Amino acid sequence: MTKKPHHEHTHVHSLLPSDPALRAKAIETLLVEKGLVDPEAVDALVDVFSNEIGPQNGAQVVARAWRDPDYRARLLADGTAAIAELGFSGMQGEHMVAVENSADTHNVVVCTLCSCYPWPVLGLPPVWYKSPEYRARLVREPRAVLDEFGVRLPEDIELRVWDSTAEIRYLVIPQRPAGTEAMSEAELAALVTRDSMIGTGFALSPEAG
Amino acid sequence: MDSVHDLGGVEGFGPIPIEADEPVFHATWEGRILGCRFLMGFWRLWNIDANRHSLEQLPPAEYLAMSYYEKWAAGVVNLSAEKGLITPAEVEAGHPSADAEPRTPPVDAAGVRAFLPQGRPAAREIDDAPVFAVGDKVRTARNMHTGHTRLPRYLRGRVGEIISHHGPACLPRHQFQNGGRGRPTSLHGALQRS
Repeated sequence: MTKKPHHEHTHVHSLLPSDPALRAKAIETLLVEKGLVDPEAVDALVDVFSNEIGPQNGAQVVARAWRDPDYRARLLADGTAAIAELGFSGMQGEHMVAVENSADTHNVVVCTLCSCYPWPVLGLPPVWYKSPEYRARLVREPRAVLDEFGVRLPEDIELRVWDSTAEIRYLVIPQRPAGTEAMSEAELAALVTRDSMIGTGFALSPEAG
Repeated sequence: MDSVHDLGGVEGFGPIPIEADEPVFHATWEGRILGCRFLMGFWRLWNIDANRHSLEQLPPAEYLAMSYYEKWAAGVVNLSAEKGLITPAEVEAGHPSADAEPRTPPVDAAGVRAFLPQGRPAAREIDDAPVFAVGDKVRTARNMHTGHTRLPRYLRGRVGEIISHHGPACLPRHQFQNGGRGRPTSLHGALQRS
């Protein structure tokens, strides 16, 4: 077998318009006109990720775990199944692992090789999660990175950095804030931020929420 | 492969670009590209590992300069051309060639909505026992990779402790090389103490 000409196939993108919006338009036009992509299916995906899938889903999972010890145990034992109980499953969340913060352990998640992220519970990742800065620095100087998010941890707390594999997606269960004992699940969910489920934030305190 | 996508531990980067109240998409085109790249996967000519590898193959300087969805745009065009779904001439013209046979998209709006909650689980069935037990000490491989690997450079040749077993899955580098027909092996979680 002759060696595949490297540039010919792998750098076809260099033939596209340089303006990102025009580039995207050119790609979609070509794919739609060739019958390769249904533009209404693109509309559907944009709608789902804009309106249906997002950190509000993960917040429900965390709030349930805070209020229901049996659910918390199931979530820690089999994240995928427990999350599916609340109706969240599928693409980029096929193999979920929940990791729990406590008084002596803090968890934080990254994907150093690309930008793997648990879509069914958190939606699409923010720009900083996908940035070279976060991907490069978190595994080397996690406390300095967390400091930039306003997360200051005691020196003696164990910090666990989870680098996503090809398959496993992590959901951090943040610590339940004090003064929330009487709150409903919906009230609790409002305290659970996206960043608190990545590990770059804490859950809001009831006064702030 | 050992390119700049393997960012873990690389020095020289500045502050994390944190944006308050960030929108899901910063421009309409980002959602269109997300949709196009996602939907082209339904032709089943490549798997998610090859999809990731297509981004790793971008020239290093371009990789670092491109935004996430710019990488996705380049990746879907390069993979589609590599698999013959589009030609370089069509990419340059922005339209199908005159002799292109019209096709029917493999999935519509209802189909993709139904697919999302299913996803594509990586779990496989094998009879073998797990390779390691929780608590075992392991040392990761040191070798360099020209294909696709999920073992980042900062974790090569390092000693860690097995902390979990996730059941059998296919190694991404086999998935990529053999079109998803790699032999499944045990997937473990490991902890490396610094």
